[in-house]
Amino acid sequence: MLKYVVVGNSAGGIAAVEAIRSRDKEGTLALVSDEPYPAYSRPLISKYLAGETTQAGMAYRSPDFYDGNAVETHLGKKAVRLDLEGRKLQLAGGAELSWEKLLLATGGTPIVPRMEGLDKTGVYTFTTLDDARKLEEGLEPCGRVVVIGGGLIGMSVTEALVKRGVQVTVVELLDRVLATLLDLEASRAVEVVLRRKGVEVLTGQTVQTILGSPEGQDRVGGVLLKDGREVPCCAVIVAVGVSPRLDLVKGTTIATNRGIIVDRHMATNVPGIYACGDVAEGYDFTTGGNRVVPVWPSAYLGGRVAGYNMAGGSVTYPGAAPMNAFNYFGMAIVCAGLINPPAGGGYQVLVSGSAEEGSYKKLVLKDGKLAGILFFGDIERSGILFGLMREGLQVSGLGEDLFFPKLMHLPEDLRVGRIEEPGWRLAATRS
Amino acid sequence: MKRVFPREEHCVACHLCEVFCRVQHSQSKDIIKAHKRESPAPLAGIKVEEKGALSFALNCRHCEEPYCVYACLTGAMRQDPQTGVVTVDATRCVGCWTCILACPYGAIVRDEANHRVHKCDLCPGLSEPACVANCPNGALVYREKAHA
Ligand SMILES: Cc1cc2nc3c(=O)[nH]c(=O)nc-3n(C[C@H](O)[C@H](O)[C@H](O)COP(=O)(O)OP(=O)(O)OC[C@H]3O[C@@H](n4cnc5c(N)ncnc54)[C@H](O)[C@@H]3O)c2cc1C
Repeated sequence: MLKYVVVGNSAGGIAAVEAIRSRDKEGTLALVSDEPYPAYSRPLISKYLAGETTQAGMAYRSPDFYDGNAVETHLGKKAVRLDLEGRKLQLAGGAELSWEKLLLATGGTPIVPRMEGLDKTGVYTFTTLDDARKLEEGLEPCGRVVVIGGGLIGMSVTEALVKRGVQVTVVELLDRVLATLLDLEASRAVEVVLRRKGVEVLTGQTVQTILGSPEGQDRVGGVLLKDGREVPCCAVIVAVGVSPRLDLVKGTTIATNRGIIVDRHMATNVPGIYACGDVAEGYDFTTGGNRVVPVWPSAYLGGRVAGYNMAGGSVTYPGAAPMNAFNYFGMAIVCAGLINPPAGGGYQVLVSGSAEEGSYKKLVLKDGKLAGILFFGDIERSGILFGLMREGLQVSGLGEDLFFPKLMHLPEDLRVGRIEEPGWRLAATRS
Repeated sequence: MKRVFPREEHCVACHLCEVFCRVQHSQSKDIIKAHKRESPAPLAGIKVEEKGALSFALNCRHCEEPYCVYACLTGAMRQDPQTGVVTVDATRCVGCWTCILACPYGAIVRDEANHRVHKCDLCPGLSEPACVANCPNGALVYREKAHA
């Protein structure tokens, strides 16, 4: 019987290993992943595709990480069945691991909307290093690629393709790119830059059918759009997002909604079983409820909390928030929380500058507290605001000062206190 | 661990801490060359905040629970398990700026010329960080936390 079993070798799983080992150096620990590689930075697969990094350059931890932390690794092994009563995890090939404490950090699986022609050669998703490798091979030679989805992953792969000199058409269902992350002003500025780089951006469009090529009907030759237009291409990348990878928990009594539901200890409803990261639906401090927040920082943070608690601690998850930083084509953008507040919701919106001119800042306030931040261009010190948002501090008195975040703007007691005592911490609640 | 603490009542916003921080983190370690000739120009990991008569210099707090480390997408940002010092591995940082959004002190800056971030490393090898050693007013002190 193993003390700890972690499924997932990415942000969430690694964070848990680190937290467990900070409390318990001896307890037996196994880590399972169906990816055969040591943990790598998933967001860097676009730099890999662009030829800007190598697999070694993407390593998330040093090569001695697993040995150094006494982790028994099962890499390249898929966990196929979870037996809650017997507390056993079955791996493909037949091996079984029994666990005392289990973490499910299985992440996301790419969403592939139904459309005709998906079975053709030349259709890709883009969420793993292997995806990036297959795509790299498939691009030799390729004139134009259609990217379905203008969100985070779609933009990442588009940038990589442009850097490789491939022509790209982005097809986005909504009326603008990065629509769920940015506001109209910022999205438009991103589109201007995309077009300047030669990217064709088609918004309010969908791909109806993936067409065959003259060389073979089983190969991608183009796409047919909703409006009847045809775009010739030799590859289609489906990048509309990810959904929680729930295959292991299906049919078990582990409670799920969109993701695996966890409490503020990252524990599921089944004693001894925890979840975090893209697969989990945990506390979101911006809404005060549970939500899947599929970003790297929240996966790490949740994994850390889970790990502490699996190892006997009692640590409360401070909560995640949608937060992203971008540097697509050299455009610096950070955003967090609610960027497009619904009308009539009692939100106050403060705006400064213009994205087109290179610097744009937008703040969303509710009841005098920050609910959303978007900085475009000048992103320096935006973390101060993110911290104030996380802590739910009153900021309405700061007015225009909020556009130029400084610790100095805080009342003296808050300011001096947090400089003395490096503020944000989980450790305070560590048992 | 020791950190750099500002004393507001002694700071006159002379910015020498920034100057000497840049020199210490320059190629030449020479004040003139560092500021006038080096390209890319060295960056400071400390910054003076000022408004009217109030001023103080602030650098990385080297948090016990460093949110920047947790948020880092590549593993470039790390906390030394022995010393607690938070540093960025320049070879692994890709300049995604996620740590800038994560740092509640605004203590991480963009190093655009090198496509990475820059922050205070507490001047390894020096008995006292350069900002502290060169503050003419004793407005920066290198000490343990008050309630360690
Ligand atoms: C192209 C791209 C760009 C991104 N850019 C950003 C960005 O800029 N900023 C940001 O914050 N986030 C970004 N993300 C999102 C970020 O990568 C995820 O939020 C993060 O990886 C989630 O970590 P995780 O540990 O929850 O799961 P994942 O990283 O998805 O890892 C899941 C792990 O579980 C394993 N696994 C799953 N099921 C099984 C099973 N049954 N058996 C064995 N192993 C299993 C997988 O092999 C994998 O190791 C990006 C993602 C992509 C794809």
